[in-house]
Amino acid sequence: MSQVTLSNVVKYYGKSRAVHGIGLDIADGEFVVLVGPSGCGKSTTLRMIAGLEAISDGEVRIGGRVVNDLPPRERNISMVFQNYALYPHMTVRENLGFSLKVAKVDEAAIVRAVDEAAGILGLAELMDRKPAELSGGQRQRVAMGRAIVRQPDVFLFDEPLSNLDAKLRTQMRVEIKKLHQRVGNTIIYVTHDQVEAMTLADRIVLMQDGHIVQVGTPLELFNTPVNTFVATFIGSPPMNLIDGVVDGETIALDGGLTVPVPLQAQGRVQDGQMVHFGFRADNLMPEGHGVFEGGAVATLELPVILTEPLGTETVLFTEMAGTEVQAKMLNPRPVRPGETLKFQLMIDKCHVFDAATSNAIRV
Amino acid sequence: MFRRRLPEWLVLLLPAFIVIAAVVLIPLIFSLYSSFTPYKLTRPSTLWRWIGTANYERILTDAKFWAAFGRTVLFLTIVLNLELILGLCIALMMNKVTWGQRTLRTILMFPMMFSPILVGFQFKFIFNDNIGLVNNALQSMGFDVALPWLVDGKLAMFSIIFAEVWMSTSVFAILILAGLFAMPRDPLEAAKVDGCTPWQTFRHITLPFLMPFIYIAMTIRSLDVARAYDIVQIMTGGGPARRTELLWTLMSRTGYVDARMGLANAMGYVSILLSIAFTVYFFRKLSAARAELGMGG
Repeated sequence: MSQVTLSNVVKYYGKSRAVHGIGLDIADGEFVVLVGPSGCGKSTTLRMIAGLEAISDGEVRIGGRVVNDLPPRERNISMVFQNYALYPHMTVRENLGFSLKVAKVDEAAIVRAVDEAAGILGLAELMDRKPAELSGGQRQRVAMGRAIVRQPDVFLFDEPLSNLDAKLRTQMRVEIKKLHQRVGNTIIYVTHDQVEAMTLADRIVLMQDGHIVQVGTPLELFNTPVNTFVATFIGSPPMNLIDGVVDGETIALDGGLTVPVPLQAQGRVQDGQMVHFGFRADNLMPEGHGVFEGGAVATLELPVILTEPLGTETVLFTEMAGTEVQAKMLNPRPVRPGETLKFQLMIDKCHVFDAATSNAIRV
Repeated sequence: MFRRRLPEWLVLLLPAFIVIAAVVLIPLIFSLYSSFTPYKLTRPSTLWRWIGTANYERILTDAKFWAAFGRTVLFLTIVLNLELILGLCIALMMNKVTWGQRTLRTILMFPMMFSPILVGFQFKFIFNDNIGLVNNALQSMGFDVALPWLVDGKLAMFSIIFAEVWMSTSVFAILILAGLFAMPRDPLEAAKVDGCTPWQTFRHITLPFLMPFIYIAMTIRSLDVARAYDIVQIMTGGGPARRTELLWTLMSRTGYVDARMGLANAMGYVSILLSIAFTVYFFRKLSAARAELGMGG
């Protein structure tokens, strides 16, 4: 069994606190992604789980065993590093087999394990090369192979794809996901890229300034962000936010527009409350170029400032109530900047956040 | 009037050619020539008597020369290995120091700042059998001895090695420390996660990475030690009774004291083979170690 439990884990660097009492339960076989902007403490948390950073306070358990004071080698984990961290003086074969060699596993078993890992990752032809003779993607595969060979309880990935170019990153993302489906181990994966988080995770842990902001499935974070930080961090383009004041059944946006209070916030806002009104680009669409799922719809005439055609859709930059917002056009037709289009806003898909706390207001 | 002009490349290179010829080439050819003569400094006319390979034949059968040769190889081997081990230990410890490391690094270089002559005098005093520091210390600790540090053959060799190691271990320490600073942290962490004990990490990851640095230090120091002269000359003068005679003290005695420059030059040419052998050996090792790390041959 290899569930990982963090309870009230704290990390101090000198006097400054990098991680503030994090609690997290990770189930056996789960793929959990720690995501957040740089400096949010996600890598520190991962390194504490790995045993590369001392835990200042709290408890980390792997498979039910408290590992706070165990060195990395006794935690039965393996880690894939951002810079691959291959051993430069060893061939691919030696790199893959190194952990078994130091564990004094017998030669035949090492060869078997190494060949199996090489087979999974398609490294068979590179076995006698040194890391310096490999491309970035190949090095990353060797690093993953080295992690597989140990058959650890938990895989830890520390931004493994950030040194690869965009195309290779997409490809390796798929390989990592396949790898997880194949070996089924618990994976804890750190990234600053929300797309990686969304595509890979069973569960996302979104961190900010050493705190966990929200934990949930990718769709939970996307559909029900707990505050404006989650709303703007998850999803591309980020959620549009416009300041406004609640006025009875409506919200008066600062730029002069008035929209109804969305269903999920009805009855939970007070007259005169300052709020951020939020909606995703997917919920603001030119008439005839979107998918509508029923519910209240507001129709607005808005000017197009800029277009970003992506093929299947075009992102339209427009101005709504004095704020620049983004909209999406499905089945796009060419649109010229300056053109005014009739947009439909799906009110019941919109979000309301309290302006003072930035927290979401919903049932 | 037609004047032939030298080609431009030759004109441009000429100053370099002249300097090299004056500084290196002519002395080299002259010394090589004189090694085939019975040249004595006190009788310049002997320079023009060609005696063929007589000097070399004499050296090859000279027990004193081979004793000095063997002693030099032994001296080199012991000094280089001691300096390597001590330098490695110092560098590894320094690498762990988090506070005041700069200052420590500067202090570490102090022995290198002294002239070898001064170091020689200092250790000559320290190891003096009557008034020396070591014997005095031993006596005040209750050992009723006056060890002949610079007189007994083995002890004198030990004293010279001690002085040499004291002076130059920091060359190894500094170069290895530079290697440790240049070492990427990731493979070390990967090794920890891969299950290495600290010793295994050192043995399989750190040491291979340091090998090129070690061989650079070895190459530099082997050239240095192979021409060890000043410390030995000051501390024992190669004596007593040639017990600490190394190649360079023997050569300088032959050339300047006995004034037999032709013979001394012949010795020089034989012993230069030793330096070349050591240098080539360490250079090969260096290239191999660099290739190991994928740094290119």
